[in-house]
Amino acid sequence: MTWIESLTLNSPSGFWNPIVWLAFLIVFAVIGYVIYSRGNRSYKPNTDQVKPFLSGNEVEDVEEIRVRAGDIYWGFIEALKGYYNVLMRMHSGDLRDYILWYLGLGAIILFILVGGV
Amino acid sequence: MIEHLPALMIAVPLFGAFTTPLLKKNYKAAAVWATLITAVTLGMSLLLVREVLIREIMVYVFGADKPTLVLPSGYRVPIRIIFEVDAMGALMALSATLMSFIGALYSYSHVRNETGLEKYYALLLLLEVGILGMVLTGDLFNLFVFLEIAGIAGSALVGFRNYRGEASEAGIKYLIVSSVASLMVLFSIGLLYGEYGNLNIAYLSTQIGFNTVDIIALGILFTSFAMKCGSVPTHHWVPDAYTEVPSGINPTLLVATYASLYALFRVSFSLFGKVSSEMSSVGWIMCVLGVLTMFIGVTMALVQKDVKRLMSYHAISQTGYMLLGVGVGLAVLNDPAKLAAFGRDAMAGGIFHIINHIIYKSLLLMTAGALFYVTGTRNLNEMGGLARKMPYTTIAFIVGAAAISGIPPFNGFASKFLIYETSYQLSPIFAIFAMVTSVLTLASFVKVFASAFLGPPVEKYEEVKEVPRSMVVAMLILAALCLLFGLFPNVVLDKLVYPAVDALLKLGSYQTWGGIP
Repeated sequence: MTWIESLTLNSPSGFWNPIVWLAFLIVFAVIGYVIYSRGNRSYKPNTDQVKPFLSGNEVEDVEEIRVRAGDIYWGFIEALKGYYNVLMRMHSGDLRDYILWYLGLGAIILFILVGGV
Repeated sequence: MIEHLPALMIAVPLFGAFTTPLLKKNYKAAAVWATLITAVTLGMSLLLVREVLIREIMVYVFGADKPTLVLPSGYRVPIRIIFEVDAMGALMALSATLMSFIGALYSYSHVRNETGLEKYYALLLLLEVGILGMVLTGDLFNLFVFLEIAGIAGSALVGFRNYRGEASEAGIKYLIVSSVASLMVLFSIGLLYGEYGNLNIAYLSTQIGFNTVDIIALGILFTSFAMKCGSVPTHHWVPDAYTEVPSGINPTLLVATYASLYALFRVSFSLFGKVSSEMSSVGWIMCVLGVLTMFIGVTMALVQKDVKRLMSYHAISQTGYMLLGVGVGLAVLNDPAKLAAFGRDAMAGGIFHIINHIIYKSLLLMTAGALFYVTGTRNLNEMGGLARKMPYTTIAFIVGAAAISGIPPFNGFASKFLIYETSYQLSPIFAIFAMVTSVLTLASFVKVFASAFLGPPVEKYEEVKEVPRSMVVAMLILAALCLLFGLFPNVVLDKLVYPAVDALLKLGSYQTWGGIP
């Protein structure tokens, strides 16, 4: 067994070798850098050239724009509102509910095991 | 000396727990003493792992003429308390001691402004004792005793910041949930003791007949340990406890949670391993609970604004992967062909995920603790632009977030890779849920990264700087482990994980205390 094989993780239908993956990552990073370095050299930082163009309108300073954590994935949560309503009711924070869930789970497991479902 | 290791693993941290309060007047001395004790225990657990890998099973009989004398002349059943350590127990012991050491190191700076630190460190060591007892013992009643020790020490630590109402509430909730679970565990132990007249797990596993009383005991043990390990739908205590506990305790509390998962596996594979055909349905229950746990956990995490609460829901979600991996193995336990084809690898994925998750989730919770340390808030809406101020914490967070999301080459990928492939063989829907959960996990951590570390700096945090060195060192050790375990997964799998899987599968060896006829 070679050292490369000894670092290969075999699964029932495939394999994974992080060292080979890393080697490919480095090769592709170098290729990417070569392409980048052959780019347009007329680029001038800190000039009007790099500012976004909004049909001649003033662009707000991006430093002032902040997306709050509570607003990220708003669309996702809105789309799954029904699911989240059920989930929030389930997470009441009431200790009595915690014990009821425990009893419920125990009852279902015992029903399956004793009943032989 | 080596033969006394299992007992010393308990004795040393217990000695540390009772001597730490003597250093009440000097919190630094208490912190150094606790760190030293955890370091010594870590060294002993490394020795224990080495011994167990050589001998397969290490037995320690308390009060016997010789520590290995399980059956004195004339006895047909064991009568003393026995520690029976196989590779699975040794792996968990190593996790517990490593995380206690890291937690003590991190705590040195993290809680230095709190009062009552001698109690804090004494409880940390007591929590370590509870976990070690649970994973080393071969006696059911002893398991209950250590479960109680871990539960009481854990709840006291959850409520440690008792000047916060939320911490006291979380501590009480954790105490009651733990007590209910422990009481029901004791009840089922009573059922088995009444039936078979013995408490030794190895002996009981040769006697179990799977009659109605046995099934009731199994059902209660399963449900109680499922609640203690944070499985849906009995997971509600996890976000309360993990959020309020000081971040230095999070790693040890995490291992305490997985000590209950270990107990669930021990009950399923060792105590009831003889009736493997009947255990197939238990394996399916474990898989379904695993899928529900991972999906409900991650979707709840996605909507959180409190950074520690968000990470706590991820801890629930990741427990689902472990249940799924080991559940697949249990579901095909009675089918040697399927067990060889994918069941053993599935169990390896599940057990590898335990140790991986302990590492990266501890790291993430510590980064959350670091954010709280400098900003005084856990609310993500109030944070921003901290990457420039806290470069080491940012690097540690990126590594932890990549690992939990299963991004190569970090450790989470290797175990998830095994779980995806093997759960697909049992039912493709399991693998689909596992992959979707990973995508949502990444989405959730992108949210944390964007809102806490990126963006324009927040004016009130203009003066903040990186957390103290001991906290940085603790985080970077775990970040390095995430990378090392990801780059060389085979080393960990071959040396630690597959021996642990085989220990669970080799019932005959466990039943005979490693070969005693």
